[in-house]
Amino acid sequence: MPSLLLRPWPWYVAGPLVGLVAVGLLVIGNKQFGLSANLRHVCAALLPGRPAYFRYDWRRAGLWNLVFVLGVVGGGFVGGVLLGNPAPVAITPQAQASLAALGIHQFTGLVPVHLFTWHVLLTVRGLLMFVGGGFLVGFGTAYAGGCTAGHGISGLADLQPASLIAVVSFFAAGALASAFLLPLLVPAVR
Amino acid sequence: MTATAAPVTARHHERLLGAYFALGVLFGIVLTKGELASWFRIQEALRFKGWYLYEVFASAIVVAAPAIAWLKRRSRALTGEPIAIAPKVVGSGARYVAGGIMFGLGWALIGACPGPVFALLGAGVGVMSVVLVAALVGTWVYGWLRPHLPH
Repeated sequence: MPSLLLRPWPWYVAGPLVGLVAVGLLVIGNKQFGLSANLRHVCAALLPGRPAYFRYDWRRAGLWNLVFVLGVVGGGFVGGVLLGNPAPVAITPQAQASLAALGIHQFTGLVPVHLFTWHVLLTVRGLLMFVGGGFLVGFGTAYAGGCTAGHGISGLADLQPASLIAVVSFFAAGALASAFLLPLLVPAVR
Repeated sequence: MTATAAPVTARHHERLLGAYFALGVLFGIVLTKGELASWFRIQEALRFKGWYLYEVFASAIVVAAPAIAWLKRRSRALTGEPIAIAPKVVGSGARYVAGGIMFGLGWALIGACPGPVFALLGAGVGVMSVVLVAALVGTWVYGWLRPHLPH
């Protein structure tokens, strides 16, 4: 029984549940599923500076979403720590070989243990990867007006052409970056 | 959000916040147990070495699309508000292409999009706190540059 709880969920369980979360938010309060808007809400709450982009009533527009994202942190603890899968992730052998070529040989946990460390973060490559990557995620999602959730799930499920443009763009850029940029930054691990 | 929203009492509103929190917890568990917050799964998908993530996205949309279409036509939310989704203005498309490309680059570098960043924080990946601060700075800088960028 415990091992059953620790086992990862298959795509046909995880995917429909994601869809139901998006539907649930609409049913409860006509709220649109999207995570990156929270970055804007936090900026509006902490640094209500001059840009008009941050001058709005963040409580009214975003309190529900900040509460939602607090739940995501809690859910991450439940699913990642309390019910964390002790076995290596079941990615395909081809994916394993592809990542092994990067110097990643440990496949347990949600992130490579030797990569997501403070030690790596404090190297030049680590800084470029984590701080540069984080900055691009924050800038890019604000610019595009959504992320994998807002455009990839809510937008596509609502058949919005704008979301399709965004999704194609971020998948294409992500594929290129994983293939050509990541190998330049990851060797810092070794 | 429409102006015709039915008045919501303060207590009703608080109960709704509890519902949003509960859905957030569920989503956080799905992200971790469904391995959508897995760096390995993200790289597997972006390197086209497996279809897992695409199967998740496809099945999520297959479930959500008909439900959303139906809700938009004939339902009200529990708040009494009619369910409506404002169409996204395509315009020149520049913001979706340029913003999408920037986000995609960052997504591959950290192996996580915004949802997983929060879920991984909860899962004890401490380095993600720096990623989150960097993402906040990114959004903040966008706010300043916004008037000068093509949209």
